[in-house]
Amino acid sequence: MAGIAGYGAFIPRRRITTEEIARQWGKDPGTIQRGLLLKEKSVPGFDEDTITISVAAGRSALARAGVSPSKVGALYIGSESHPYAVKPSGTVVAEALGIGPEVHVADFEFACKAGTEAMFVALALVESGRVDYALAVGADTSQGAPDDALEFSASAGGAAFLFGRDDPLAEVVETISFTTDTPDFWRREGEFYPRHGGRFTGEPAYFKHVSAATSRILEKTGLKPADFRFVVFHMPNGKFPLSVGKSLGFTREQMDTGWVVPTMGNTYSGSSPTGLAAVLDVADEDELILITSFGSGAGSDSFVLRATGLLRQRRGLAPSVRSMLDGPRRYVSYGEYAKYREKIIVNE
Amino acid sequence: MREVAIVAAGMTRFGELWDASLRDLFVEAAQQALTTAGVDRLDAMYVGNMSAGQFVGQEHLGPLMADHLGMGGVPAVRVESACASGGVALRTAFMEVACGGSDLVLAAGVEKMTDGADVTEVLATASDQETEVYQGATFPGLYALIARAHMAAHGTTEEDLAWVSVKNHGHGVLNENAQFPRELTVDQVLSSALVSEPLRLLNCSPVSDGAAAVLLCPLDQASQYTDRPVVIRGTAMATDSMALTDRRDMAFLDAVAAAGARAYQMAGIGPEQVDVAEVHDCFSIAEICCIEALGLAPLGEGRHCARTGETALGGRLPVNTSGGLKSKGHPVGATGVAQAVELFEQLTGGAGERQVADAEFGLAQNMGGTGASSVVHILQAT
Amino acid sequence: MPSPRYWREIPSRYRLEATRCGDCGRVSYPPRRICFACRSTAAETIELSHEGRVVASTVVHVPPDAFLMEAPYALAIVETPEGARMMVQVADCDPASVEAGMSVALEFRLIRKEGKGGILCYGHKAVPAYPLGGEAEAARRAREEEVAHA
Repeated sequence: MAGIAGYGAFIPRRRITTEEIARQWGKDPGTIQRGLLLKEKSVPGFDEDTITISVAAGRSALARAGVSPSKVGALYIGSESHPYAVKPSGTVVAEALGIGPEVHVADFEFACKAGTEAMFVALALVESGRVDYALAVGADTSQGAPDDALEFSASAGGAAFLFGRDDPLAEVVETISFTTDTPDFWRREGEFYPRHGGRFTGEPAYFKHVSAATSRILEKTGLKPADFRFVVFHMPNGKFPLSVGKSLGFTREQMDTGWVVPTMGNTYSGSSPTGLAAVLDVADEDELILITSFGSGAGSDSFVLRATGLLRQRRGLAPSVRSMLDGPRRYVSYGEYAKYREKIIVNE
Repeated sequence: MREVAIVAAGMTRFGELWDASLRDLFVEAAQQALTTAGVDRLDAMYVGNMSAGQFVGQEHLGPLMADHLGMGGVPAVRVESACASGGVALRTAFMEVACGGSDLVLAAGVEKMTDGADVTEVLATASDQETEVYQGATFPGLYALIARAHMAAHGTTEEDLAWVSVKNHGHGVLNENAQFPRELTVDQVLSSALVSEPLRLLNCSPVSDGAAAVLLCPLDQASQYTDRPVVIRGTAMATDSMALTDRRDMAFLDAVAAAGARAYQMAGIGPEQVDVAEVHDCFSIAEICCIEALGLAPLGEGRHCARTGETALGGRLPVNTSGGLKSKGHPVGATGVAQAVELFEQLTGGAGERQVADAEFGLAQNMGGTGASSVVHILQAT
Repeated sequence: MPSPRYWREIPSRYRLEATRCGDCGRVSYPPRRICFACRSTAAETIELSHEGRVVASTVVHVPPDAFLMEAPYALAIVETPEGARMMVQVADCDPASVEAGMSVALEFRLIRKEGKGGILCYGHKAVPAYPLGGEAEAARRAREEEVAHA
């Protein structure tokens, strides 16, 4: 059965606390933290972007898989912050990883679910036998507008998954996608920050699609929430995933490992993929994993995976998500944050 | 090879010379030399210049300067070896006279740095573009790495570095052409802004405009132009790897040592016979490394020389009596020739308050980049 | 930066391709056609390890325009287990904490942008070698030894 042959993640090492941002705009940090369940988020440096994050995550994925890059037949990068407007991120990542030149490369976008998009296609390509291995990455360095709710959560990071046919670390049991046209969050060409519909992004957008995709995959596989050891949802903030999980019948314990948002923030296309990586860092043989992403616009991809015994053997070959979240990091002030996120106007 | 003499010298003041263009600077210095020698013709010209193309958008300096000097028609060419351009122009002019090709050759250097270019970026092109500049290295950054290596190998301190600037300013205050003719204290140096650790603003030579020129002819024709010619006894050049990462020993300037050894051999003297020297103190650490490489101070001991006064006026071996690049200024392409101008003054008894008594042999060491090229001249008084 | 020049350098910048002299064994980074040590043209292409040690470092306070917003930054000469030396910035740490002998990892980073509309130029930077923990750390040490003795 096809599945994940290798996986990796990367989270930039700078952080800014919710408190620091709240203070900037005269908001009460306590209220924000309780409302969004966010403590801090990652901040990319000038030298970090979707491409560099994808390379770091991709290197870990290849290391865990023990597969030569020359065997990778397809590479897809899903992001809503591709460094170029026109010129693929994937070609740079491929060259950096030593993949190609006989490789199919494409960039994906679908707001926050561009990563799982890429995973869906990579999986399908491998299942069809068209390629032996396909690498799918979800990574972002997205912006949140100043003094907007999203500024507390928009962060940087990503995860990569190498799909293969034989001896995966986690088999993919099933996958579905659920999509409608819902204008909950968007960014027009040339605009620096995205815009959103406020409370409209909740019920009709996030909750509707995540619930629908999850319900349908449960139906399709005949599985119940209690059958799963781990569940991961897209994490636009700390609250939404816990809320949707509860409403679908999952327990806090099932959600905990993949709930990385309180100290990472929302890495958009990297969000649920990184949660999945965190789960793979600890999952035991035969444990079932469910992941449902959400991308505004809107849609959700859902996957059911089963961990194999190989996972325990291989996962130590690259850094774990927790070692990146809890490991060496540096806190920045709002001024430094504004500098790194290029919110400060400078002459060319 | 014929014996070659310097028979006249000229230079502009060094500094931020807003009123003078690249051409103006060159003409002023060159004309001084020509007038002093009473000469209205030239057989050839060599123009030392690092980066007029990047600084002021002007290449093709040979014919341009010949044109503006009123020497149109004369064979003239621009010579480049980054900050050693001036010294190499002198060496090339020497060769032309020595081989019998010409009897009257002008070796001049000029640089116009203050017309608005990004100086840091332009100067960085003297280092390795692909591996150093690309990564964000600056010139001070590269010399800072050399300083760190020297500190690790020999215990050199930031105070040692400061003393080099202080000593050279003590000389520059006596030089009417110097850009910064004023004294400095060690405290002032150590509290100046950091440029690239451990180098501070006052460890770094300034951005300057300026030009210098010397006139060369065969020694046996020198009396036509001057009573006191200075003979070029030794000239030598050596190169080393461009990137610091490829150097044999980051704390030692191999090219300077090699050029020095060849020059000493050609001149038939040793370091102990040098009475006065001009070395390339683009950064304080450079002077320390240069005097060690030239055998003017024992390896690892160079760091003490400025503080003890050994290399100050009145000391064992005055180094950079002109004020050096630090106090006199460093219009890049002009520096190598300006060093020769200072030695010419010293060896003809014309250095005024900076005069080293009875100076017979003078040595000039001009260096390009982080030591990838080095040219040494040894001059003798007559 | 003109595209062709950047494109030619992709193998050395992206994959740390270097040449090992077939005669004297000296490793040159970036690749060279003629060995600096012995002038041999017998070169073998290798890819350097993504780790090394700092040989010397400085902190650049006055940067070129392209790096204006990033100063002060640490700049260092790093030597890989293969014996190759490269000049890189050291990121993700207090620049003042970088010192000779420090272990570093080499990570793929955006080095510079050609202004607002030009190409993006990638390469590698060093970061302090944070302990990876557990098996990953042991695996890294084993790799370092293997390469150094190769």
